Amino acid sequence: MSDSTSVLDRKGLGVTSRHDTWWLSPLLIFLGLVAFGIYSTWAAWQGKYYVDTVHGADYLSPFYSPDIHSLLGINVPFSYAFLILWIPLGFRATCYYYRKSYYRAFFLSPAACAVGEPAGRKYKGETAFPFILQNIHRYFWYLATIVLAFLWYDAIRAFLFTGKDGSLHFGIGLGTVIMLVNVIALTGFSFGCNSLRHLVGGKLDCFSCSGSARTRYKLWGGVTILNLRHMEWAWVSLFSVGFTDLYIRLCAMGIWHDVRIIH
Amino acid sequence: MSTRLFKVWRGDKAGGQLVDYTVEVQDGMVVLDAIHQIQREQAHDLACRWNCKAAKCGSCSAEVNGKPRLMCKTRLDDFVEGQTITVQPMKAFPIIRDLVTDVSWNYTVNKKIPPFTPKPDTTWLMQQRDVDRSQEFRKCIECFLCQNVCHVLREHDLEDKFFGPRFLVRVASLEMHPLDSLDRTALLKDEGGIGLCNITKCCTEVCPEEIHITDNAIIPLKERVVDKYYDPIRIALRVLTGGGKK
Repeated sequence: MSDSTSVLDRKGLGVTSRHDTWWLSPLLIFLGLVAFGIYSTWAAWQGKYYVDTVHGADYLSPFYSPDIHSLLGINVPFSYAFLILWIPLGFRATCYYYRKSYYRAFFLSPAACAVGEPAGRKYKGETAFPFILQNIHRYFWYLATIVLAFLWYDAIRAFLFTGKDGSLHFGIGLGTVIMLVNVIALTGFSFGCNSLRHLVGGKLDCFSCSGSARTRYKLWGGVTILNLRHMEWAWVSLFSVGFTDLYIRLCAMGIWHDVRIIH
Repeated sequence: MSTRLFKVWRGDKAGGQLVDYTVEVQDGMVVLDAIHQIQREQAHDLACRWNCKAAKCGSCSAEVNGKPRLMCKTRLDDFVEGQTITVQPMKAFPIIRDLVTDVSWNYTVNKKIPPFTPKPDTTWLMQQRDVDRSQEFRKCIECFLCQNVCHVLREHDLEDKFFGPRFLVRVASLEMHPLDSLDRTALLKDEGGIGLCNITKCCTEVCPEEIHITDNAIIPLKERVVDKYYDPIRIALRVLTGGGKK
């Protein structure tokens, strides 16, 4: 007989018979999300150095886009980033992939498959406040798509540089490339959304029953292709949006000089 | 010929423990082969449920080194040489004996789901694209590994409030069927307890048929529930137009 104790009758945090490094994935997710949270909060709090106009560039940090101060001329006693960031924050916080990530990494519910959870919690899942609010994810998608449209404008605008005579001319800087990659990553993430997949066609029971259903089937198929890599898009876009802000911030502060690829 | 140490859970509902067995290992062996060897040579009374040995009957579900798996689909050479292999019954279900559990609760749940109900005067013609989704779900072999790993059942014992992933998959196969006429979203929200699922995807991770349980069944069903119960604009439109699905 073995002296090993079976876990069949035991419950509680970390109780498992798994022998692998099940804790590594939630730990990495925890560290990744905490690192991004700290940086983005700090960057949003700054309220300055979010536009790089050195040598004719016009790079706007994605944390501050759309530039509400310039567009609407309003003044607020706090950083303008806070007028915007609740939208992408809400979109990511209610995203099905991120839900999985933070339920595992932060709430340990569960930390990994077949691993015990903290004892004594009355589990209600997403049936009660606050998690019942996850059901409004699609509305955050609508709002995030508006922000995304501004980010595309910013990325295209980043191809235009102001000359010494004040005229605009085409050019490409490293910042342009970074902003373009960032907005592509954000688009890949946003348009692979599970709610969008449902709305464009997934809700239909019959894909062949009408002309519009056949069109929606194609749209559903397109979203599905992106959705299959939703996790990858989520992380790439999270990194890219933070890095884009950092790059523009460093340029605006004069710490880093933008590399011009085409003048 | 090399040997491998196995720790197999032996006992019944009164209690049990892990028992050591040394097994002679041959190329290509799976865990179920080892269990059969132990039955044949060392413990004739070792109880385990199995049938096809081809990962199609869903009978030999167990927890191998803590992971819910089919014993017949778990090769010994997937493990590091010399590593002890622990085999235990599914934790979420009541023990009958040794590796055999009582999964009858699942069949009780199954009876709560209204079966396929075709529309009146149905024309029995379907395009492949319309049944692709349901056909993925029909691959289910009812091994109940997804039910076993689901923390709503395994950790929180909410069997009276939650159908579990296997039966959300069954509802999805019916709800997405082009010729079905019933609306099961109320069932999903209330008796099925779909809101209890926090989509941590363990069901998908353990599915031996590689069904995308979370992305293709549970999340689309959650979105259908949102359509009906949580989307304020849709609810308003439905009230104004007096419309309803199906």
